[in-house]
Amino acid sequence: MNKIKIRWVQCFITFIAIGLFMVGIINQEYEAVYNKAVNICLECIGIG
Amino acid sequence: MAKRNQRRIIQCVSAVLMNANIAGFWKGKIYTGRSKNLCLPILNCYSCPGAIGACPIGSLQVSAGCSTYGISFYVLGFLALMGILFGRLLCGFLCPFGLIQDLLYKVPLPNLKIPRKFDRIVRFGKYLTLFFLVLLLPLLAADSYGSTIPYFCKYLCPAGTLEGGIPLISMNKALQNTIGWLFSWKMFVLIIVTVASIIIHRPFCKYLCPLGAFYSLFNRFSFYRYYIERSKCTNCGKCSKVCPMNVNPVKTPNHAECIRCGTCKKQCPQNAIKVEKNINLHVKEKRNE
Repeated sequence: MNKIKIRWVQCFITFIAIGLFMVGIINQEYEAVYNKAVNICLECIGIG
Repeated sequence: MAKRNQRRIIQCVSAVLMNANIAGFWKGKIYTGRSKNLCLPILNCYSCPGAIGACPIGSLQVSAGCSTYGISFYVLGFLALMGILFGRLLCGFLCPFGLIQDLLYKVPLPNLKIPRKFDRIVRFGKYLTLFFLVLLLPLLAADSYGSTIPYFCKYLCPAGTLEGGIPLISMNKALQNTIGWLFSWKMFVLIIVTVASIIIHRPFCKYLCPLGAFYSLFNRFSFYRYYIERSKCTNCGKCSKVCPMNVNPVKTPNHAECIRCGTCKKQCPQNAIKVEKNINLHVKEKRNE
């Protein structure tokens, strides 16, 4: 890949990533993460 | 501070900070503070009694059931942001399970050299793990109540067994009465990975880790990147000989498998391998050519 284009790819991916992250925050998806993370995940520890 | 120990110190500090709820280990309980809203950028089980943040891979799987779109934009966006900023530097410097594998590899036993062709093929295993066990199967298993099966955590993740299973089950008598074949299977996987880590450098990161697979997609484009000063490089081949991930840094300084451990940089007699610091990348590249 043309090395000059790398910065454009970086900027594009950063823009998309921040966009996805913000949409997730607006949708309050962190609550789902929190609800799972504060209970012992039985599958993770091998007794699910 | 000796330069060669800097990475190890950063790894240890990271492992302690991300598992800072020390009291949880002897209480046999996990942390329930609001910081568990946040994902950690590395593989660290949220059922580890010390964990103060959420595991991104576990979160990605469980959100398949409750997210409107079948995948959590919150987790995906966070991981993509970490990937584009740092790439696999996170694997090399922050991951506690990577640290454990690094330490196991220091056990003075003969190391196993895997043929390059076979090694290249088996490395695709981590992409299969990411696609099938983390993204596809939890999505297919999701029911109308928003619950799903985290296949990777349930059947494969040795970090969950080591960081969550063993400390919790050893301290919690109620959990001890419920262990069955699944725990035996997970212990078997953990033992296999542990033994493999003694004879192969970071086998889990190379062949199975879905987070490593995700970050490797960004390694080529990440802001943290290596470049070779062509005017200094003599093509002596020392860097590729010492690379624990079997990468040739001269040929591909930003290879998907490079965990930025810096071993090649230290070994280079000409100091030709550098970290890209200049924002104006193309000017630097032109100067080098």
